[in-house]
Amino acid sequence: MNPIESLIKDLADQHGRKRESLLPVMQGVVQQEKFLSEYSMVEIAREMDIPAAEVFGTATFYSFLETKPAGKYIIRVCRTITCAMKGKNQLLFAIQDMLKIKTGETTPDKRFTLLETNCLGWCHKAPAMLINDEVYTEVTPEKAREILTGYMKDI
Amino acid sequence: ISMREKPVASFLGNQVPIATEYRGIINPLDIDEYQRRGGFSALKKMFESLSPEAVIEEVKNSGIRGRGGAGFPTGIKWELVRKEKSETKYLICNGDEGDPGAFMDRMLLESYPYRVIEGMIIAAYATGIHQGYFYIRAEYPLAVKRIRKALEICRENNFLGKNIMGTGFDLDLIIYEGAGAFVCGEETALISSIEGSRGFPRIRPPFPAQKGLWGNPTLVNNTETMAQISYILREGFEKFKGIGTDGNYGTKVFALAGKVARGGLIEVPMGVSIRQVVEEIGGGIANGRKFKAVQIGGPSGGCIPAEHADTPINYESLSEMGAMMGSGGLVVLDDTDCMVDMARFFLSFTQDESCGKCTFCRVGTKRMLDILENITSGKGKPGDIEELEKLAEWTKKGSLCGLGKTAPNPVISTLMYFRDEYEAHINGVCPTGK
Ligand SMILES: NC(=O)C1=CN([C@@H]2O[C@H](COP(=O)(O)OP(=O)(O)OC[C@H]3O[C@@H](n4cnc5c(N)ncnc54)[C@H](O)[C@@H]3O)[C@@H](O)[C@H]2O)C=CC1
Ligand SMILES: Cc1cc2nc3c(=O)[nH]c(=O)nc-3n(C[C@H](O)[C@H](O)[C@H](O)COP(=O)(O)O)c2cc1C
Ligand code: SF4
Ligand code: FES
Repeated sequence: MNPIESLIKDLADQHGRKRESLLPVMQGVVQQEKFLSEYSMVEIAREMDIPAAEVFGTATFYSFLETKPAGKYIIRVCRTITCAMKGKNQLLFAIQDMLKIKTGETTPDKRFTLLETNCLGWCHKAPAMLINDEVYTEVTPEKAREILTGYMKDI
Repeated sequence: ISMREKPVASFLGNQVPIATEYRGIINPLDIDEYQRRGGFSALKKMFESLSPEAVIEEVKNSGIRGRGGAGFPTGIKWELVRKEKSETKYLICNGDEGDPGAFMDRMLLESYPYRVIEGMIIAAYATGIHQGYFYIRAEYPLAVKRIRKALEICRENNFLGKNIMGTGFDLDLIIYEGAGAFVCGEETALISSIEGSRGFPRIRPPFPAQKGLWGNPTLVNNTETMAQISYILREGFEKFKGIGTDGNYGTKVFALAGKVARGGLIEVPMGVSIRQVVEEIGGGIANGRKFKAVQIGGPSGGCIPAEHADTPINYESLSEMGAMMGSGGLVVLDDTDCMVDMARFFLSFTQDESCGKCTFCRVGTKRMLDILENITSGKGKPGDIEELEKLAEWTKKGSLCGLGKTAPNPVISTLMYFRDEYEAHINGVCPTGK
């Protein structure tokens, strides 16, 4: 069994193989692999005995289930109202400039992916961003550079 | 900091903490401290002396209405679920909180996990439910972590699981994590999502109270609604009813953000005015700018201009003004904010988040957005406003769920109060100079 097959089997053993376990299994794959490849979706379909088209359809409905290859650290900058009012564009530019990628892209070394997201619930401390599970608030361009430098050091 | 320091004292001003009781004092996961401060005493009182029917009576008498936005009377919903004969029923705490500018439920889940859980146990007992879910959105990883830990501690202390506190009542609660889809906050979409499908809303009736998760009666309540329940049982419905105004009892938690000097989470009695919130609690507008309007209720809500700031915050007054209570996000705007741009922003949000099932919602929001984009980029033309009004009307009428039905609200309300800004844009100028 290859690593993806065994990951999916373990997740299905843990959550069950009924339809309602589809999201938790997909979330488990994303947590480990950072995204759902076509191969993993087909594997999930096989392991859980759900039509592959259903798995694709469900995965693409949800924005946190990435279906494109993503980096080790996924940066999600809040694009919503108060963050937009308080400089999320400058923040995005600073990150793009530093990582040399556009929004939606991954760095060639597969370390960072830059995305936008809906409100993170830190509107009173805007702008806000999420790096994997970590929230950063009142992120000025300078602060963003500092934070990212920290992540770059961490191999 | 000292509570007597002036800004803090006025920040606390006319706030009444119920859902946020012991704010900043209580350690979120310390279950002993929660109990020392009255936590779980409502639960004990209930198990010792109240029948499920009596609990429902108490909740009905308190007059509490759902804090998820629509304000449906909570006690009546519980009674409907109680009456259903089905063996299997489910409980769902809606923690999807997708409204841009809202963070009440995040804070409640992170800071007062046991209070929300206590409310859920009470709800389950009153309605005869033994299995429940926390639906928490993917954007809130810390809330998921806290609730997961709190549930574990509750199980260890026999507040959850089999034979809770030796009463013979069983309840298990588990977490279901969302995956980043705004429409999943709508209760029927949320249910589809738990069932493992795409989050498409369904036609109601039947309401979840009759047919919800896997076709079984399901009680869906908002996180803040759950957080208010233990207070009602512990203090008695009279005390809760003594707060607020006629038909709008108790408190409402708001997320105050935008151009206000002091933003954050606040909890005020129903019926205080917008002015009191912005000026007394929020300390007015930051940087000496002029107060222009508040956007209330997110993409389904509307704006209320500064000249109507004396409007009391309750379900009916806000609707009359063309806004709505909504979930409780209050975004304060100053004179540099362009209202047409605000409307465009919310439309682009709803357009993006529409599940695409209804043509009216999908196409209507798209066409409105196109027009708004033209207007804000200086390409507006005469007739655009009338076209917007027409589209708003048919999108409202032709949509299945609340997302589409309310998506035109930000446009309608800005047109109501700031029509001149639209006209100015069409004539080639943005009054705020953008
Ligand atoms: N918290 C948030 O982040 C967001 C909140 N909203 C709010 O959601 C609201 C719309 O939600 P809806 O569920 O569409 O409102 P609704 O008015 O249709 O229903 C409200 C609640 O009452 C129940 N209900 C209503 N009539 C019933 C009946 N006859 N029998 C049994 N149960 C009944 C429904 O099941 C639901 O739980 C809006 O007011 C909006 O402000 C919208 C977006 C995000
Ligand atoms: C598009 C849309 C999104 C919604 N999002 C939420 C939400 O995030 N949280 C919530 O509690 N209710 C949300 N609702 C309202 C729910 O459908 C439902 O009315 C509510 O959870 C009932 O709880 P309550 O009676 O305690 O208010 C949403 C409704 C719509 C139409
Ligand atoms: S109104 Fe919009 S979001 Fe709601 S079901 Fe229809 S298309 Fe989907
Ligand atoms: S608007 Fe960005 S965190 Fe809420």
